[in-house]
Amino acid sequence: MTEFFQSLGLTYEWAWSLATLSGVLLIALPLMLAVAMIIYVDRKVWAAINLRRGPNVVGPFGLLQSFADGLKVFLQETIIPSAANKGIFILAPIVTFTVALAAWAVIPFDAGVVLADINVGLLYILAISSLSVYGVVMSGWASNSKYPFFSAMRAAAQMISYEVSIGFILVCVVLYAGSFNLTEIVNSQRGHGFGIVNGYYFNLLLFPIWVVFFISCLAETQRVPFDLTEAESELVAGYQTEYSSMSFALFWLGEYANILLMCSLNTLLFFGGWLPPIDWAPLYVVPGIIWFLLKTFFFFFMFSWVMATVPRYRYDQLMRLGWKVFLPMSLLFVVAISGWLMITRYGGAA
Amino acid sequence: MIQTIAFYLFAVLVIASAVMVIMSRNPVHSVLWLILAFFNAAGLMVLVGAEFIAMLLVIVYVGAVAVLFLFVVMMLDIDFAELRAGFIKNFPLGIAIALILLAELVLGIGAYRAGAIALGTPDGMAAPIVGVSNTEALGALLYSDYIFLFEATGLVLLVAMIGAIVLTHRKSAGDHRGQQDIAKQNRRNPNEATVMKRPTVGEGVEL
Repeated sequence: MTEFFQSLGLTYEWAWSLATLSGVLLIALPLMLAVAMIIYVDRKVWAAINLRRGPNVVGPFGLLQSFADGLKVFLQETIIPSAANKGIFILAPIVTFTVALAAWAVIPFDAGVVLADINVGLLYILAISSLSVYGVVMSGWASNSKYPFFSAMRAAAQMISYEVSIGFILVCVVLYAGSFNLTEIVNSQRGHGFGIVNGYYFNLLLFPIWVVFFISCLAETQRVPFDLTEAESELVAGYQTEYSSMSFALFWLGEYANILLMCSLNTLLFFGGWLPPIDWAPLYVVPGIIWFLLKTFFFFFMFSWVMATVPRYRYDQLMRLGWKVFLPMSLLFVVAISGWLMITRYGGAA
Repeated sequence: MIQTIAFYLFAVLVIASAVMVIMSRNPVHSVLWLILAFFNAAGLMVLVGAEFIAMLLVIVYVGAVAVLFLFVVMMLDIDFAELRAGFIKNFPLGIAIALILLAELVLGIGAYRAGAIALGTPDGMAAPIVGVSNTEALGALLYSDYIFLFEATGLVLLVAMIGAIVLTHRKSAGDHRGQQDIAKQNRRNPNEATVMKRPTVGEGVEL
C-alpha cells in the first residue's frame, strides 16, 4: 500500500505512515464488526444447543442484536465507585481493548495481506497476549471490592500457568516451520501431509500438540470451562462487577477480539492459514482470505460448542491440568519433535 | 525522521516512568510504571534492530515477572505514611548505592570504550549481520561460542526452580488437607458413593 501512496506524489515516510494508518483502520473496523456479529453467533449457537431460539427480535433473525446492545450500553451512565482507584479503574478496560487489537497487526489474512510482516511475529503475539492479563488484574485491584479482587488473583495465576505450555507448543511449530514469521509458518504447511494436505494437524507429532493448544487457548481467553475469573456462581461477574456502560463494553469487545485472535492462531499455526485444506489447484481459485475466515469461524464454532456443553473446572483442577499435564506433555513433545527433525531433516548431524 | 521521533518518545518515556517508579506513593502504581518502563525499553530495542530481545523482554519481564510483582504488591497492606517516614533514614544508604551504581556504569563504559572487552569490535562498530534474522544469529552464537555459559545459566535456573519447589512442597503422611487426590476422585463410582432409597408414602427415610 506504501507504493500506492508514493504514486500519489508523497515522500516514502509520509506514504508509509499513511499506509500504516489505513492498514490499522482496515483491520480494526472490520474486526469490530466481526466481534459484534460473532457475539450474535455465539448466543445463537448456545441457544441451538440448549434448544432455545436465542436473539430473534432485533432485525431479521435477530442479526442486529449486538448493535442494539452496543447502543444501549453506550447510552448508559458510567459509574465509578467512590472508593475505587479512579485512574487505574478507567485505564483497565482501555488496556484490555488496546492489547486485544494490537495483536492483530501481525496476523496474515492472505499471502502478503498483513500489516507488519515482522521476523518475530509469533513472539510478538505471545508477548501481546501475555499483556491481556493486566486489564483483568488492574480492574480487579482498582475496583476496591472483594469479588473483582479474587477474580484478578485467579486471572494472574491462570494466565501465567497456561502461557508456559502455550510457549512450548509454539516452539514445536517453530521447529517444524523454521521461522517465527507467521507468513513463513503458513507457507511451510503447504502439502505437509503426504504432499496433499495443507496444515500441520496432519502430523502424528503435531496433532496432539494442537489439541493441547486448543485447550490452552480456552484457558488463555478465560472461556468455559476455564472461566473462573468471571464465575458468576462464586464471584458475581468477576473483575467486571463494578463496571458499567462503555467501560464494561470495552471488556466485552476485548474479550471477543482475543477469542477471535486465538481462533485465527489455531488456523495459522496448525490448519494452513489462508491455504485451502487440500493442496489441489482448483481450490486455489477461492481467495485465500475466504479460507482463512472459514477456518477461523470453524474454530469459533468449536469455542461456542465447548461453552454450551462443558461444565466449569474447579480451580485446583485448572492448575493441575496446566502444570502437571500440559507442561510435561508439551515439554516432552518439544524434545520428541526436535529429535525427530534432527534425524529426518538434518540427517543426525548437528 | 520517524525513527528519531520514536527514539525520543521511547527514551523520554523510559526515563519518566523509571522516575515515577520510585516517586509514586502507591506501590501498585510503581509496578505499573515499571511495566511501562519495560515496554518502552522493548521499543528502544526494536529501534536498534534487536527485535528478538525486545520480544523476550516483553514476554519474560512484562508477561511473567511483573505480573507476579503486581500479584504480590496488590495483596500488601501498606501504611503509606510509615513508608514515607523511612525515606530520610534510608537516604544516605540510597545515595551510597546510587554512587556505586554510577561508578560501575562509568567504569564499565570506560572499559568498553578502551577496548578491554571483545564485544564485536572495540569501538562498538561491529559489522552488521546481514542476511540472517536476529533469532538465527543469536542462536548460532549461543549454541556454539557460548554453549557452556548458556548451559551453566540453565543449570542455575534449574537449581533455583528445584529450590522453590522443595521450599513450597508440603508432603505429610496422613494429612491431606488442601491436597486433592485426583486419581482417588476418578476412581469413585456411583454405586459406592451414593445410596438409592425408595421411601414408601407416609414413612421417612432411614439413612
